Amino acid sequence: MRRVFTRERLPIIATATVLVLLYLASGLLFKGFFGPQVFLNLFSDNAFLGIVAVGMTFVILSGGIDLSVGSMVGCSSIMLATLVEKGHWSPLAGIAAVLAFGIVVGLTQGWLIQKFGLPPFLVTLAGLFFCRGFGLSISRESIQIKAPLLTSWSNWSATLPGGSTVPLASFIFVGFILIAAFLAKQTRFGRTVYAIGGSEPSTVLMGLEVARTKTLVYTFSGFASALGGLVFALYTSSGNAVSGTGLELDAIASVVIGGTLLTGGYGSVFGSLLGVLTLGVIQTAIMFQGTLSSWWTKIAIGGLLLVFVLLQRALSVLSPSAKNA
Amino acid sequence: MSWLLELRGITKSFPGVRALDNVDFQLRPGEVHALMGENGAGKSTLIKVMTGLFALDSGSMTLGGSPFQPKSPHHAAELGISTVYQEVNLVPNLSVAENVCLGRESRSWYGIRWRDMQARCRSALARLGLDIDPRMPLGSFSIAVQQMVAIARAVDVSAKVLVLDEPTSSLDRKETMHLFETVRKLRDDGIGIVFVTHFLDQVFEVADRTTVLRNGRLVGTFQTQGLTKLELVSHMIGRSAEGLVGDSSRERALSTGSPVLEAHGLGRKGSVQDISIDVRPGETLGLAGLLGSGRTETLRLLFGADKRTQGRLTTGGKEARAWSPRKAMAARLAFCPEDRKAEGVFPGLSVEENLTLVVQAKRGLWRKLGKRARQEIVDHFVEALQIKVPDIGRPVQTLSGGNQQKVILARWLATEPQVLLLDEPTRGIDVGAKFEVANIIDQMSSQGVAVVFVSSELDETVRSCARVYVLRDQRLVGELLAEDVNEQKIMAMIAGGSS
Repeated sequence: MRRVFTRERLPIIATATVLVLLYLASGLLFKGFFGPQVFLNLFSDNAFLGIVAVGMTFVILSGGIDLSVGSMVGCSSIMLATLVEKGHWSPLAGIAAVLAFGIVVGLTQGWLIQKFGLPPFLVTLAGLFFCRGFGLSISRESIQIKAPLLTSWSNWSATLPGGSTVPLASFIFVGFILIAAFLAKQTRFGRTVYAIGGSEPSTVLMGLEVARTKTLVYTFSGFASALGGLVFALYTSSGNAVSGTGLELDAIASVVIGGTLLTGGYGSVFGSLLGVLTLGVIQTAIMFQGTLSSWWTKIAIGGLLLVFVLLQRALSVLSPSAKNA
Repeated sequence: MSWLLELRGITKSFPGVRALDNVDFQLRPGEVHALMGENGAGKSTLIKVMTGLFALDSGSMTLGGSPFQPKSPHHAAELGISTVYQEVNLVPNLSVAENVCLGRESRSWYGIRWRDMQARCRSALARLGLDIDPRMPLGSFSIAVQQMVAIARAVDVSAKVLVLDEPTSSLDRKETMHLFETVRKLRDDGIGIVFVTHFLDQVFEVADRTTVLRNGRLVGTFQTQGLTKLELVSHMIGRSAEGLVGDSSRERALSTGSPVLEAHGLGRKGSVQDISIDVRPGETLGLAGLLGSGRTETLRLLFGADKRTQGRLTTGGKEARAWSPRKAMAARLAFCPEDRKAEGVFPGLSVEENLTLVVQAKRGLWRKLGKRARQEIVDHFVEALQIKVPDIGRPVQTLSGGNQQKVILARWLATEPQVLLLDEPTRGIDVGAKFEVANIIDQMSSQGVAVVFVSSELDETVRSCARVYVLRDQRLVGELLAEDVNEQKIMAMIAGGSS
C-alpha cells in the first residue's frame, strides 16, 4: 500500500491545509462567507489567473520561468477587442487569431531558449516588453466589447439548484485544469517535463525528447496566457492593453504556493489550482472585511509565499537523499 | 570466432592529443570484458566512440556482424549498446517505473498505462534480483539501488552490449557483490559486458578477459585467469613490476619533533567527539576508519572549515582561538578536500589559475603575483609533480582525474605548508597516479612537512603512514605506531576487537 503522506506530497498537503483553514477562519469571521456563490466566485473571479498559472506550472516544472504571461493577457485582450470591434472580424476568427498569436510568441520564446541555451528569465523578459508594447501600440485606450456573440458568452451562466450561478469562465478554467492534469500525468510530454526539471542532462541521456519538450512547454504557456487574456476580456467585456500587469508574479506565487518547486521536477497542476484558490480566498476575505485596503492582499500573499519557500527549503534539507555519509 | 562487437583500427584525435591510436577491441557474447588503463589511457574515449558520443576519425565497428555507426547514445541504445555511467544518469524525482520505462512506455487512448509500466518494471528488476516498489521515487533509494535501476533500464532496451563505466565507485562491498551477481546473470543470458573500473580486485573477480590501454594505444587483451595482479599493473603503467613492490616495505621513522598541531578533546555537536591527536613535523599521520567514522569531519575541524564546539587546538605551541580556514592558512596549514569536483578544482579556470589561486589569496588582493612569478610556480610544480598538461592555459576540466588531483596538491604545496591535510587524495584516480601521489607525500614528509593522510584504501594508509589513528563511530579508538601499522591491526581496531 502506498503511503499518502510522502515527502513529495507534503507541500501540497500543507497548501490544502492552509486553504481549508483560511476558508474556515474567514467563514467564521465574516457573515455570509460560507455561501455557495462566494465559493463558486473563487473560480470565476480567478479563472484568467488560474489558466495562466496552469501554463506557468509546466514551465516551472521543467525548471524554467515565463515572465511574458501577464503582458500576453493584456495584449490578447486588446487584440480581441480591436479585431472584433474595430476590424469587424467575426468573434471566432478573432479568438483563433489571438490564440495563434499566443502560440507563436510562446513557440518563439521556447525555440530561443532551447536552441541557443538562453536563460528563460531573459528571453521571457524580452517577451514581456514585446507583448506589452505590442498591445499598447494596438490601442492605448480600453475598448468595450459589444459583439453580440461575445456579450452573450459574457452574460451566460449556468444556474445551479439553490440559485447560485456559474459563468462560462469557470467552465473554461475547470476544463483547462482537467486537460492540463491529463497532460502532466498521463502523457509522455508531461512526464518528460518532470524529468527535465529533475535532471536535464540525465533526461538527454535517457533518450527523451528534451529539445522538443522544452519548446512545447513555452508554447503551451503562450497558449495558456492568450487563453487567459480571452477569458479576462470576456470577464470584463473589454480589451485593455495594460490589464494583467504584474499577473506573471501572481501566477508564479500561485504555482509556488501550490507546492511546485521553483527549481523544477516536483509539483502538480492540481497544486496550482489550490494555490490560485488560496490567493482567491485571501482576496475575498479582505473584501469581506471591508475596512482593509486591497493592498493587504499583497502583503498576505507575500507572507504566505515566504512561509512556503521556507517549508520547501526545510523539506529539501531534511530529505534523506540530500544527506551524505 | 564470431564477435558480438568488433572495433578495428579506431583512431580519434582531439586538438593537441591523440586520444586513441589504432585500437582494436573485440567483445564476445556472454562475456565480461574489463577495460583497464590509467587516466588518460583512452578508456573513456573508447566508450564514447562505442556509444555514439564521439565520431570516429578512422576505423570501423561491427555489431553482430553488420556495420555499426551510432549517431548518439540514444541511437546506440536502439541498436543494442547501452551504457550505465558512474554517476547515475536517471531522474531522481520520477518513480522507479518511469526511470526504467520512460520513452518506451505502453500507451493507450487515455495516455500512459501505469499498471503495464509498473509490471514491466517489476519484471525487469526481478531479472536483476531486485524487489522494490516501482511506484516510489527513484531518489528515495540508495545509490546502489539506483545503479541497479539504471542497469534495468539499459537491459530493458533489449541490449546486446552493456557498458558499465565505473559502476562500483560509490558502492560498498556488499552492494558491489550484489552488482556482480547481476552482471554474471546478464552474462549468462548472453549479453556482452564491457566493464570499466579502477579497482584491480574487481577485475579478477568478474572479468573473463581484460583489455589494457595505455596512452591511447592497445597494450593487449588477456585472459584474466592466468594474469597476475602485478602483471596487470605493469601493463597498465608500463613499468616493471619490481619497482612497485619495493616501496611498500620501506621503513618509516617516527618523528621526534615537537607537535606542530595538537588537538585536545576536539569535537563538534552532532559530529565527532573527543578527538585528541598531535601532528609532528616530518611524519605522515594516517586517520583510518570506515566511511562515516569521522575522518573527514576531523580534518575539517583541524582546518577550521567547520567550527568546533568543544576542545582546544594549538598550533606551534600557541592556542588557536576563533579558528577559521583563513587563520589556519596563516598558520601554514593546507587542506585538500575529499570531493575534488565540488570543493577542489574550479573546472573552468586554467591550470595556471587553479594552481596559483591560494598563493594569491594568501598574499591578498593588492599584492598581485607577477606573470613571471606565476610562471615559475607553475613550471616548478608541473615538473615536480609530473602534471601532464599540454598547455597551462587550458581549463583544468580537460585534464584527467589524476592530473587534476596533482594540480590541487600543487596549489597547496605552493603555499609551503607546515601541515598538509589530505582527504582521500587518491580517490578516483588510476594506479599510476596513486603511486605518484604517494611519492609526493613521501617527499613532503622528508622535507619536514607534517602530512595528515586519509584514505579508504587501507593498503595506501599502511604504505604511507608511520603512525595511524583509528576512528570508529565518530570517536578515536586507538593509535598504532611503526611496525604495528599494518592492515590486520587496523582492521581489528576498526572492528572493535583487541586493540
